[in-house]
Amino acid sequence: MKYVATFLVLFTSYVLLAGFHVQELMLGALVSVILTIILAKLVNYTIDYRFPVKLLVFIFAYLPIFTWQLILSNIDVARRVLSPKIPLNPGFVKIKTDLKGDFAKLTLANSITLTPGTLSVDVKGEYLYVHTVDVKGKTPEENREFISAKFEKVLGGIFK
Amino acid sequence: MEIVSYIFMIIGGLFYLLGGLGVLRMPDTFDRIQAGTKATTLGAFALLIGIGIANPDWLLKSFLIIIFIALANPIGSSALAKAAYKSCELPKNLVQDDLKELFGGEDNGSN
Amino acid sequence: MIDIIVFSLVGLGVIFAVIRLLKGPTPADRVVALDTFNIIVIGVIALLAYSFENSLYLDIAIVYAILAFIETIVFARYLEGNHGDC
Repeated sequence: MKYVATFLVLFTSYVLLAGFHVQELMLGALVSVILTIILAKLVNYTIDYRFPVKLLVFIFAYLPIFTWQLILSNIDVARRVLSPKIPLNPGFVKIKTDLKGDFAKLTLANSITLTPGTLSVDVKGEYLYVHTVDVKGKTPEENREFISAKFEKVLGGIFK
Repeated sequence: MEIVSYIFMIIGGLFYLLGGLGVLRMPDTFDRIQAGTKATTLGAFALLIGIGIANPDWLLKSFLIIIFIALANPIGSSALAKAAYKSCELPKNLVQDDLKELFGGEDNGSN
Repeated sequence: MIDIIVFSLVGLGVIFAVIRLLKGPTPADRVVALDTFNIIVIGVIALLAYSFENSLYLDIAIVYAILAFIETIVFARYLEGNHGDC
């Protein structure tokens, strides 16, 4: 199963980069087989049969929220950068997360980095450490409400 | 169609400008990381989408670059923020510091 | 015409990032400026592809993006080993 997943990822990337000609497909398959034999013992992910459904949910439920937050955060950055006196109240806070699995945590951390005024610094177990420009809460639970709750609802439904 | 791509490109250029300005103007390292990462990420998205709309053959490839930037850019800035914290360049006006319990103020070099 | 406008906006961004790169009081600041600079350069290469009507430049942009990511990670690892006296 691991071999199939690795092969699919490599072959898809090759085809997307090189284009859809018959020769490219053959060469891409060859290269992907060779790389799969070399790399497969280093990876530890699998693709199960629900993967396409998850991908669709990811695209249609998660990406709109993410894009909207990205635009909001850029307006926020613009406001801070262009105002003559930069308003700041910085600090490092800790957030508890319920998500399991590396890829879910990676997605959550990337989302936090690209939302207004926050930058994820490290992940340790079930806690995320976040630098925020404007500290609002004291405890991990309070900060979770302010920073990551809106993503965790959606991501928790996808990565189960 | 051309007008739409022009609008996207100009938005991308503006956010790139904003990213550079943010890196220059922000007062401490972590705010610089934030401003630089966010503004340049959206700038790259808008610029590449604009170029993809202008030449529809390139749309697939520009989406590949967008996906790669969306994955790699926040990871890079997180690694950079961790490194900046560990090399003791903390701003003076911190309100709260929960990271101290993880790394400690003293030298624990190997994480 | 449009590419001249966008190039001048992006060029101003590059200039600001380079000022921070030269000025930055600490090594971490310089690396942040370099990271920003790299992502701006990816956009510049894509713009070159647009104004030369040549899609090969997009491949160059992909390779540059990968190298920029590796560069940032390597510099971050290097700075982590570099403990100051705090």
